Amino acid sequence: MSGKHIRVDYLARVEGEAALDVRVRDGSITSLQLNVFEPPRFFQGFLVGRKYDEVPGIVSRICGICPVSHQLTSIMAIEDAMGVKVSRQTRDLRKLFALSQYIQSHALHIYLLAAPDFLGYESVLSMVPDHLQVVARALKLKRLGNDLTTLIGGREVHPVTAVVGGFTAIPSRADLLSIRERLVKAKADGLATIELIASLSLPDFQWDTEHVALTADGEYAVNAGRLLSNKGLDIPVWEYRGHIKEKHVPHSHALHSYIEGRGSFLVGPLARVNLNMARMMPEARQAAMDSGVFPSLNPFHSALARAVELVHSIEESILLIDRLEPVEEERDYVIQAGEGFAITEAPRGILYHSYRINDQGVVEAADIVSPTAHNVHNMEQDLWRFVPTVLDLPEEEATLKCEMVIRNYDPCFSCSAHFLKMKVDRG
Amino acid sequence: MKAKPRIAIYKMSSCAGCQLEFLNLEPVLLDVVGALDFSYFVMARRGNLPGPYDIGFVEGAITCGEEIEKLKQARKDCKMLVALGTCACYGGLPSIKNWVPQRVVEGLVYSDLSAIHSTKAYSIDQYVEVDAFLKGCPVNKDELVEFIKGALLGIRPYLRPHSVCVECKLHENVCLFTSKGEVCMGPVTTAGCGALCPSNAKACDGCRGPANDANTESLAHAFLAHGLHKNDIIRKFRKFAGLTPEFSKGVEVV
Repeated sequence: MSGKHIRVDYLARVEGEAALDVRVRDGSITSLQLNVFEPPRFFQGFLVGRKYDEVPGIVSRICGICPVSHQLTSIMAIEDAMGVKVSRQTRDLRKLFALSQYIQSHALHIYLLAAPDFLGYESVLSMVPDHLQVVARALKLKRLGNDLTTLIGGREVHPVTAVVGGFTAIPSRADLLSIRERLVKAKADGLATIELIASLSLPDFQWDTEHVALTADGEYAVNAGRLLSNKGLDIPVWEYRGHIKEKHVPHSHALHSYIEGRGSFLVGPLARVNLNMARMMPEARQAAMDSGVFPSLNPFHSALARAVELVHSIEESILLIDRLEPVEEERDYVIQAGEGFAITEAPRGILYHSYRINDQGVVEAADIVSPTAHNVHNMEQDLWRFVPTVLDLPEEEATLKCEMVIRNYDPCFSCSAHFLKMKVDRG
Repeated sequence: MKAKPRIAIYKMSSCAGCQLEFLNLEPVLLDVVGALDFSYFVMARRGNLPGPYDIGFVEGAITCGEEIEKLKQARKDCKMLVALGTCACYGGLPSIKNWVPQRVVEGLVYSDLSAIHSTKAYSIDQYVEVDAFLKGCPVNKDELVEFIKGALLGIRPYLRPHSVCVECKLHENVCLFTSKGEVCMGPVTTAGCGALCPSNAKACDGCRGPANDANTESLAHAFLAHGLHKNDIIRKFRKFAGLTPEFSKGVEVV
């Protein structure tokens, strides 16, 4: 009987390079490989021998879309290693900095990378004639996120001010207040985004995978917290390596993450909203509750979770700005040897950095696991279960649906290579 | 009406930050999309079209055999080929590994090296002829727009030949090297960033590569005379553009 071959040589509208190859014979999958062919750049290798104060600038270049996450996570891991304490102002500015990137990255993914699939276009470029207002809203939100990142970091891609101990330069109160006005207005655009995503019809697809996210008391965890899952994981960040392992699979440059004794897991907006909805800001929480969707085990609900987080990020940015009156602060610390760990919630999920530093401040070992690296194994697991549901569809449509399964994760394959390529062979 | 120029955007070993700068042109993005036909842009579209193209922008360093092949094909397909950002211009940050044996670096990331076949990281002009170099990590958006306008009008864009020091002085910043003894690469690095780092009280990292007539030997001597540690100086020269003759000279001196 007939076989099928679903094959995508170079997955579009994701960051980085991956391919999918699925072979089906007599209605069952004979092989399924998500191949991250993004060439590895060996950051963990060449960080060894560099000075601690170079690390944030170097790891930033792992990813052009979430540089803030890599910078902040490395900084906090190094501070952990050297016993550096920072001020409340620094913690607030760091959170605002991280949220600015949520606004930019989520607007980029929702509108430019994911929405064309749902609305039936090959790209946002082709949406312009029919949906000019939607595109204009997207660009406005994305620009707002970028401008907030620039206000704090000096530049949107690879910002420069965040360092161990704090910031080299801080935004003025006047500039914060002026962007606050734009944030207040943007809330309506955020809510319109939720409305748009909630109106889409999504595949009814779910399975009982483990969802993992940071969680913290009294706030929606972004830069600090404990690691929590819906299946009983509850650990401080420094115990990460005792529970979460990686294996090298031959078909991919991305290492596959798994939880010791269990298996693949999902990180990102869906896991976060599922686990931490009660700690979201009021309008975002209300919208999440009104949707009636969360908690959800359907990975296609990631887009809605992202939209809800967009509103949350706008709301919390306003809250942070209201209590910030930035003053120049001394960055006072001594370089000392140690090993440090940090996990943050990057836009795509938990990001782990750890460093061992010697008494000269030189890096002796680096360990980095990106959100997409955490998710790749789970993407394959999704596909093993999803592909059989689309086998009756025409090849082109089945392939698009499989791509959407991967795009649900907003994958960043540059971050994960160590990391993804799709081909489905049904022949 | 003349047909819109067909654009291709290629990704090699990179963070995608430079191609993202196209999408970060929000205030003028719709104008840019109106003026250019992005025929091949995998990060932004699914319906990518085959060449030939008028302008190809290449992002990233070349770190494996497949990329050399892809680059050579890009050269054949594009009338004008542009190095987009420091990785494509100079090898960029991935070139830091070039001074450690390749297998040693690989062994620090992967346990099984049988499927890994990486080379040292090189700029694209090591393999093909390149028509223009847009420097920066990431590429500067104003320069990118200026370049696009120039290409549309058929005129040479103004890409800065002088050093970051000039822009820093125009900002009236206090010199980080003479006042704080920091290893600042401003005197030898190509301008165009508006002296972003020093204006934010941070020493220049040399991310835009050597300026015209950069006197790196003299700067390295000045660093040494100032009592700066040899290793700190070497790390600065061997960061974004360590393979260039200019920055290599800075290393030789110390």
